[in-house]
Amino acid sequence: MEQELLSDLYKQMLRIRRFEEEAARLYTEKKIGGFLHLYIGQEAVAVGALSVLQKNDYVMTAYRCHGHYLARGGSARAGMAELLGKETGCAKGRGGSMHFFDIENRFMGGWGIVGAQVPVAAGLAFAEKYKGSDGVAIVFLGDGAINIGSFHEGLSLSALWNLPVIFVIENNQFAMGTPLEKTAPTEDLSIRALAYPMARETVDGHDIFAVRETIFAAAKRAREQHLPTLVEAKTYRYRGHSMADPAKYRTAQDVEAWKARDPIKVVGETMESLGMKGLREQIEQDVELEIQDAVRFAEESPFPAPETALDYTYV
Amino acid sequence: MSNAMLNNSDTNTEAVREIQIRDALQEAMTEEMLRDGRVFLVGEEVGGYNGAYKCSKGMLDQFGAKRVIDAPIAENGFAAIGIGAAMAGLRPIVEFMTFNFSLCAIDQILNTAAKSRLMSAGAISCPIVFRGAGGAAFQLGAQHANSFDGFYAYTPGLIVVAPATPYDMKGLLKSSIRNDNPVVFFESELTYGKRGPVPEGEYLIPIGKADIKREGADVTLVTWSKNLFLVLDTAEELAQQGISAEVVDLRTLRPLDKETLFNSVAKTHRCVIVQEQHEVASYGAYLSHLISTEIFDELDAPVGLVSTLEAPMPYSKALEVVLLPGKDRIIEKVKAVCS
Repeated sequence: MEQELLSDLYKQMLRIRRFEEEAARLYTEKKIGGFLHLYIGQEAVAVGALSVLQKNDYVMTAYRCHGHYLARGGSARAGMAELLGKETGCAKGRGGSMHFFDIENRFMGGWGIVGAQVPVAAGLAFAEKYKGSDGVAIVFLGDGAINIGSFHEGLSLSALWNLPVIFVIENNQFAMGTPLEKTAPTEDLSIRALAYPMARETVDGHDIFAVRETIFAAAKRAREQHLPTLVEAKTYRYRGHSMADPAKYRTAQDVEAWKARDPIKVVGETMESLGMKGLREQIEQDVELEIQDAVRFAEESPFPAPETALDYTYV
Repeated sequence: MSNAMLNNSDTNTEAVREIQIRDALQEAMTEEMLRDGRVFLVGEEVGGYNGAYKCSKGMLDQFGAKRVIDAPIAENGFAAIGIGAAMAGLRPIVEFMTFNFSLCAIDQILNTAAKSRLMSAGAISCPIVFRGAGGAAFQLGAQHANSFDGFYAYTPGLIVVAPATPYDMKGLLKSSIRNDNPVVFFESELTYGKRGPVPEGEYLIPIGKADIKREGADVTLVTWSKNLFLVLDTAEELAQQGISAEVVDLRTLRPLDKETLFNSVAKTHRCVIVQEQHEVASYGAYLSHLISTEIFDELDAPVGLVSTLEAPMPYSKALEVVLLPGKDRIIEKVKAVCS
């Protein structure tokens, strides 16, 4: 059982890493347009958190959304096709990198206005409670989102109305290029929960097992007591804010320090120490095949037909 | 039908009640909430206070706090919760005390509600109604007199409804609640107490259908929302001066009923648009463009436009009346167009 869990977590994190490395390559080849915000380095947060949720739970996130989409079970093919703006994409080429959707898995997007998704996700939780289901909502946001009004209104109303929602601040230390010390007066971001109030947790986002434990407890609180939780996961993105950002605002040593604890590396090494080296290699091969297949699928897929440019505006 | 209702000359022998607009709105919401358990109402003062303008009178008692929800003053937050709930299958009615405050939620309305369907390629729909009072009332000052109907009509993905009469308010609000798109529904502080005939039985008015509120031959007056009453009064006065004006009440701004509008202008060959909006980048300017290009050959004169003047609304009644479209400016414009 533990082996199965380790393998699965390893595979899910590696899928995200390899998917995005290929996306970066396609971006430099100009096959992907617009913004491309990579999640590389933060994989343990999405994979750990979503590995303890139920099928009927809602998932929402911001524009750095590939990781959450894949971790929730989204297809690499449809994701890659979306990046290339193809009709076979997970939003038929209408969404793009920042706006992945996968309704079958209750993955409700990919939203591009910082913090705006926070109260919307509270609305998903509101609906589940209203309908009497045991579903909860989880919403991811960056440390850059905690100073905007919609974040505070979302938390305030969730506490007031006892909504079953988990807010996960993925503190990757930078709001675009601005370091945390310039945007927040304390390194403790979950402390903001005290004002509303609601339960809070701070967790090492590079420790996938700690993330699982924390989110499991928060989901239980939401499911059984209809109470929200604010979680801060301390993490790091190895790449710039987007592909346009060379990230000159930090030192190579900082990046290397986080990479030394890289969750994919750590879980992979754990597998080997448990005699799972063969399995690890098998997973790496499987993931490579899946990602290469996704790239091929995306490149071969058709673009949306011009006459469909106005579709999906109204029901 | 609604023309008959407005003029109270209905040949139907059944007695038709006269009720206030606030009661017509309350009936629409109540009927739809009884019909569909997914519909709920959220907003400031909608519950215990019975609505800032008493549009939800008695609804908290009837439906309970689960479905008639008093919200704190957090428009972005409660509008977004409505939007999320709509994405998850509920059908919220979000009341803004007035649309002046909707700007605190405008990112959620324009960027989330209006775009959710396109961004998800149809996987998500957002059946939600944002309703409340829009436009100037008497001397509310600059920040409480905004008229945002055209402003919302700018955005594809939204439906924008702006009726005037109690009959239209009720029928269109019911249709809005049943619509699967996000709907922005404009009322007016000045007319919540206005009475008009509303039948006892259920009826719906389709979204996107304009209504001829007065027939005429010489000029078409186009308007919507509470200015309908101003325009009808003006048409009466024009009639005394020998000008027969037809009055087109658009009722819905997006989608626009071009057919009714164009048919009327094709009949009278002259058109004056009356709008409570600043002229720059306004809905009326768009209408004028449409008429001037799509049915240019039908026009005997350039399209006239009567708008709010280009300044924020001053408080004093002596100044407010100058900025807003009024009878004198409409008559002057009609005479210019008809000369």
